[in-house]
Amino acid sequence: MRDYRRLWIGLVLLALASPIGLYIPEIMRAGSAWGEWGVDEIKQMIGYAPAGMERHAEIWKAPIPDYALPGQEQAPLSRRGVTYVLSGLLGIAACGGGGYLLTRWMTGNRGRRRT
Amino acid sequence: MHIPDGYLGPPTYLAAYAACAPLWGVAARRLRERLSARRAPLLAISAAFSFLVMMFNVPLPGGTTGHAVGGVLIAIAVGPWGAMLSITIALVIQALLFGDGGITSIGANCLNIAFVMPFTGYAAYRLLSGLLASEKGKAVAAGIGGWVGLNAAALTTALMLGIQPLLHTGADGRALYAPYPLSVAIPAMMLGHLTLAGTVEGLITGLTVYFLRRSQSAWVFQSAAEEAGP
Repeated sequence: MRDYRRLWIGLVLLALASPIGLYIPEIMRAGSAWGEWGVDEIKQMIGYAPAGMERHAEIWKAPIPDYALPGQEQAPLSRRGVTYVLSGLLGIAACGGGGYLLTRWMTGNRGRRRT
Repeated sequence: MHIPDGYLGPPTYLAAYAACAPLWGVAARRLRERLSARRAPLLAISAAFSFLVMMFNVPLPGGTTGHAVGGVLIAIAVGPWGAMLSITIALVIQALLFGDGGITSIGANCLNIAFVMPFTGYAAYRLLSGLLASEKGKAVAAGIGGWVGLNAAALTTALMLGIQPLLHTGADGRALYAPYPLSVAIPAMMLGHLTLAGTVEGLITGLTVYFLRRSQSAWVFQSAAEEAGP
């Protein structure tokens, strides 16, 4: 009854469909999410880069920024779609792994006592 | 809705971390007491689910984008505290690996998306599912809960961004962090979320509850109330 495999398969299907979330905003020329602009965008919008923002913005360099390979943010949509799907699959693995470690830490002792 | 680094001044993001710390503690303690080992994998699945849902960007009125979170759906399955931990996992991975949301603002983003959303949305769901007890009624209650939860999170996000000019404006009148005041931030965030993003969240929540409850995987929602608690 507790068939987790069906749920994991559902997640992989979601990851395969994820480029919809990349293509539709692109096709409709939607901009960034509100309040998630880059410092350059802010500069264009208000005429200057807020000093604190400029200092903090680059505090962390993510390895796969915005679900695209670094330097390939402007690559053709098809290739970015592939990276997007791979990012989704990596996300499943990372969230699954993180969730597994957390729940093992939380329920581990009880499980061992029971067996 | 993922606040990047540089948008919140240190007082705000430190306060958000300070507010989240005890909430994470309570969540871990409650789940340690109540989560059965057999249902435990649902937490990892929920984290991955929310990660993926947030990849589906939707163009919003006003030329921006937004996305659903799945937070209320997760709260219905594993309880709001379980939802807090699973969405936290998703947000931390988004920030560390994908630069979606800042490092300094993980506390703020968790407060909005992993705490405010599942708790408000789940409360709305519980309230309504008492009134709408039928199978379809429960799905409708879940859908409305999703809409409420996403909008509550959008509102607290807008509040955090909108108070920055009040807290941090230089002598020259220039903003130091997020530049738009509450009078701009709230309407800009809420317009898109009250209409389209909230509707998408509501549809995902309601339809998943409806179809999953009729499928072999109906157990996902069945004993949630007893096992994870409100």
